[in-house]
Amino acid sequence: MKAFNIHLTGVGGQGIGLLSEALLRASDHAGHRVKGVDTHGLAQRGGVVTSRIRLGEGVHSPLIGRRRADLVVSLERHEAGRSAREALKDGGTLAYYDTSWQPMEVRIGGAEPFSSQDLQAEADLRGIQVVRVFKPGLVDARQQNMVLLAHIVKRELVPGVGREHVRQALDDLMAGRMLQENLALVEAEWA
Amino acid sequence: MKRLGEMLMRPEAFSEIVMGNTALARAMIEAGARVIASYPGSPTPEIAEAIGSIPLEKRPFYFEFSTNEKVAAEVAYGAAVNGRLATVFFKSVGLNVALDTVVQLPLMNIIGGLVLILGDDPGANSSQNEQDNRRLIQMAYAPVLEPASPAEPYVFYKEAARLAREKRTVVILRLTTHVCHQKERVAFDALPIHEVDDRPRFDPANGPYIPITARVFPLKRQALARLADFREYAETSPLNRLLPGTDSSRGIIAWGLPYLSLLDVLEDAPQKPDILKLGMVVPFPRRLVADFLTHHAQVKILEELDDVLETEIKALAFDLSLHTRIIGKTGLEDWMGEYTPDKVREVLARSWPDLVPARPPAGTPEPEELRPIPARPAQMCPGCGHRSAFYAIKKALAGSDITVADIGCHSLGFLPPYEMGQLLMCMGASTGMAAGLSLFNQTRRVVAFLGDSTFFHAGLPGVINAVFNRHPITLIVMENGTTAMTGHQDHAGSGRNFNQETEKIPIRRVLEALGVQSIFETDTYDQAKLIDLVRQATALDHFSVVIARHPCMLKFTREQRRKAGHQPRQVAIDPEKCQRIHECVQVFGCPSFQIQEDGRVVVNTDLCIGDGSCRPTCPAGAIDPPKVVAEAKGEGGR
Ligand SMILES: Cc1ncc(C[n+]2csc(CCOP(=O)(O)OP(=O)(O)O)c2C)c(N)n1
Repeated sequence: MKAFNIHLTGVGGQGIGLLSEALLRASDHAGHRVKGVDTHGLAQRGGVVTSRIRLGEGVHSPLIGRRRADLVVSLERHEAGRSAREALKDGGTLAYYDTSWQPMEVRIGGAEPFSSQDLQAEADLRGIQVVRVFKPGLVDARQQNMVLLAHIVKRELVPGVGREHVRQALDDLMAGRMLQENLALVEAEWA
Repeated sequence: MKRLGEMLMRPEAFSEIVMGNTALARAMIEAGARVIASYPGSPTPEIAEAIGSIPLEKRPFYFEFSTNEKVAAEVAYGAAVNGRLATVFFKSVGLNVALDTVVQLPLMNIIGGLVLILGDDPGANSSQNEQDNRRLIQMAYAPVLEPASPAEPYVFYKEAARLAREKRTVVILRLTTHVCHQKERVAFDALPIHEVDDRPRFDPANGPYIPITARVFPLKRQALARLADFREYAETSPLNRLLPGTDSSRGIIAWGLPYLSLLDVLEDAPQKPDILKLGMVVPFPRRLVADFLTHHAQVKILEELDDVLETEIKALAFDLSLHTRIIGKTGLEDWMGEYTPDKVREVLARSWPDLVPARPPAGTPEPEELRPIPARPAQMCPGCGHRSAFYAIKKALAGSDITVADIGCHSLGFLPPYEMGQLLMCMGASTGMAAGLSLFNQTRRVVAFLGDSTFFHAGLPGVINAVFNRHPITLIVMENGTTAMTGHQDHAGSGRNFNQETEKIPIRRVLEALGVQSIFETDTYDQAKLIDLVRQATALDHFSVVIARHPCMLKFTREQRRKAGHQPRQVAIDPEKCQRIHECVQVFGCPSFQIQEDGRVVVNTDLCIGDGSCRPTCPAGAIDPPKVVAEAKGEGGR
C-alpha cells in the first residue's frame, strides 16, 4: 500500500496518546508497516498535542508534510479546525469528537469560539468529508477517545483496519476491568 | 496485555513497536549497564519510565534521578571508574549544568566505560532554546554518535557501550526529540548472560585522576590520541553507510532525523543523489567523506541547527585541494528549527530546484477572510496550586513591581490573565536575577518564583547569595511536592526517590539553616492568608521567603482515580446567584469555566476536578461546593 498519513490532535489531557497508540497497533495487526510519533513534554499541560501515524511503503520520517494527511482525527472542535487547516489535504477526511475546550483567548473575551458550523463550512469549501462524533451521557470525558476510535474503524477510515484489529490492539494495551470497559464502549458503537 | 517491564527483561529475541527511548532501555540491559543516573527533562524522561516499569528487584542495574544533571554525570562517572558500565542521560540544556564535569570526562581513564545520552531539542518543542550540543562537546574531545530511526538508538547504544568499555572512556549518543519519541517495530536480540562482577575496582593506578596544572597535559594528550583512534574507527564503522542513488553527479551527506526527512522528500524525486549517511559524526570519517567529495561534482551537507560538520568538511576539502562544490547553509533560516520533511524540501529546493520538483499543492489556498482559530498555549491544569498562588500574589503586588519567573509549570503564569513572571532564563536563575533587579531600585519591589525541584537542582546558590549578600527581595517557593512539568518525578523534598521511601528534605528547614530570617508559608488555596503573607513579606527590608504550597493536582487526581471506590466531584454555578462578573473565567482563569454566547458561565464537565480552588474567587459566591458527580452526567464542553 502506498503511504497513508494520519494526523491526530487534541488538548493535553484528553487521551490522544492512547487513541493514537491503539490505532497504530491496530494498523500493525492489520499487516501494515507503521511509524508513529506522539507529543510528550510541555504541550501536555493543556496545550495542543498531536500524534502522527504513517502506514505503508515509502514512509521514512514519522512526520507529515503540511496538508499531506489523508485523515485528521481530533478530540476537540477547535483543534479539529486548526488541524484541518494545517495538516489535512483537500478531499481528505476529518473525524472529530465534538466537544469544546475553550482556549484561554476565548474565555478572557478576546476571540470568538469556533463552532461546528464554522468547521463544516470550511470543510465544504475544500471537499473534506467530515465525520462528527458525539455521545451524550458519557460517564467520563476520558472515554471520548474510545468512542471516536470506534467510529473511525466502523466507517473504515483507515484502509484495511477492522474491528478485530482494534480488539487486538486494546488487548495489547490494557487488561482487566479497564480492557472490559473500553471494549464495551467500542462494541456499543459498533452494534 | 503486553507489559513493558516484562518485555524489556525477556530473555529471548523478539520484536515490538516501541519508541526510541524504550528501545534504549532494552539496549542498556543487553549491554550490561550497571549504574544509570539522570535528571528529568524532555525528550528523555520516557527512558526512565521504561526503566521504572521493571520492578526494582528485577532491575538489572541501579537507576537514580539525581538532584541535577551535573550530579547525575558525577554519579555515573564515579561508578564507571569503579569498573561499572555506567550511563547518564538528560535533556539538551542539562549539558550546560553538567558541563563542568562533562568537559573533564574524556581526560580520564574510565575503566568501566561511560555512555552519555543527550536529548537535544531542535524546534524547541519543550525547551528554552534549541542549542546544538555538538558545539559544547567539541570542546571536550568526546566522540558523538547520532541515530535516526527508533531501531538505531538501540543499536548505537550497544556500540557506544562497547567502544566506551574497550577504550575506557566516555562515548556520547546524541538524540533529538523525534528520534526519542518516534515509534516503529524494532527487532531486539536475545538477552546475553552477564557475569556480574561487583567487586570494587577503583585504583588510582588506573589514573591519574587528578587534573592539576602540569598533570593536565598528559591527560589532554591522551584525550586527543583517543579522539584520533575514534577517527580511525569512524572510517570503517558500520554506523556510517553509503547509499547509491541514480544521479552520481550529486551527493548528500545526512544523519539523524534529517536523514529520514530526506528519504521522504526523495520519494518523489525523479533522480536520486547518492547519500552518505553518517552514524558517527564526531569525529567524522575524513577519508570516507573525502572520497565522497571526490566522486561528486556537488555535495550538499544537510545539517540541522549549526554548521558544525559543514565547517569541518569544508576545511578538509581545502586541505586536500578538492574542487567539489560543497553546499552548506544558505541563509539564516537554515540554522533554525527541526529539519522536518517540509523543511528539508525547502532547504534542498534552494540549492537544487530541479532535484525536488514542486509538488502539486495538497490544499486550496486559505481564503483571506478566514478567521484565525484562537491559539492554545500550554496552561496550568484545573486545580493547579500555582494558579491560586498567582491569583493571590497579583492582588498583593503593585502593577509596577517586578516578578521574575523560573523554570517549571509555574513559568506558564507569564500568560494572561496572570502575567506573573516577566523574565525567565533557565533553572534556578530567578533569585539571582531578582537580586540584580533590586540594586539601585527603591521603588519597585522584586519578587522571584522558584519551583521545588528547581530549588534543589540549581536554586540553592541563588538563595544562599541572597542571604549572604543581603538582597532585599522576596522569593516565593512554589511547592507542589514533585517535578511536575516533566512528568512527576520525585525530588529531594518529595519523601521518595526513584527506588524507595526516603526522608523528605523540608525546604523550610533548609532555609532556616541558611539563616533566612523571614519565612512564611501557607497552602495556596487559602487566598486571604497568601495575600496577607505576600504583603508582609514584600514590606520587609531584607530577604524573605514565602512557601506557597499545594500538591500537584494533576498527579493527585490521577492517583485518586486509580483508587477503588473513587467518586469524582465537580463544582457547579448557581445561576440564581451568578452576576456574570466573569471573575472565575477571566481573572482566576480556570480552564473548567466557559462562557456561553449569552454571557452565562458554565462548568466544563470534561475538565472540572472538583478541587474547589475557585470558590473564594467568586465575588457573588455563586460557585457551589463540589458535589459527587451523578452517574450519567452532563454534556462535557459545549
Ligand atoms: C537544566 C534543565 N534541566 C531540566 C529541565 C527540564 N525541566 C523543565 S521544567 C522542570 C521541572 C521543574 O520542576 P519544579 O521546579 O518542581 O516545578 P514544577 O514544574 O513542579 O512546577 C524541568 C526539570 C530544564 N528546563 N533545564
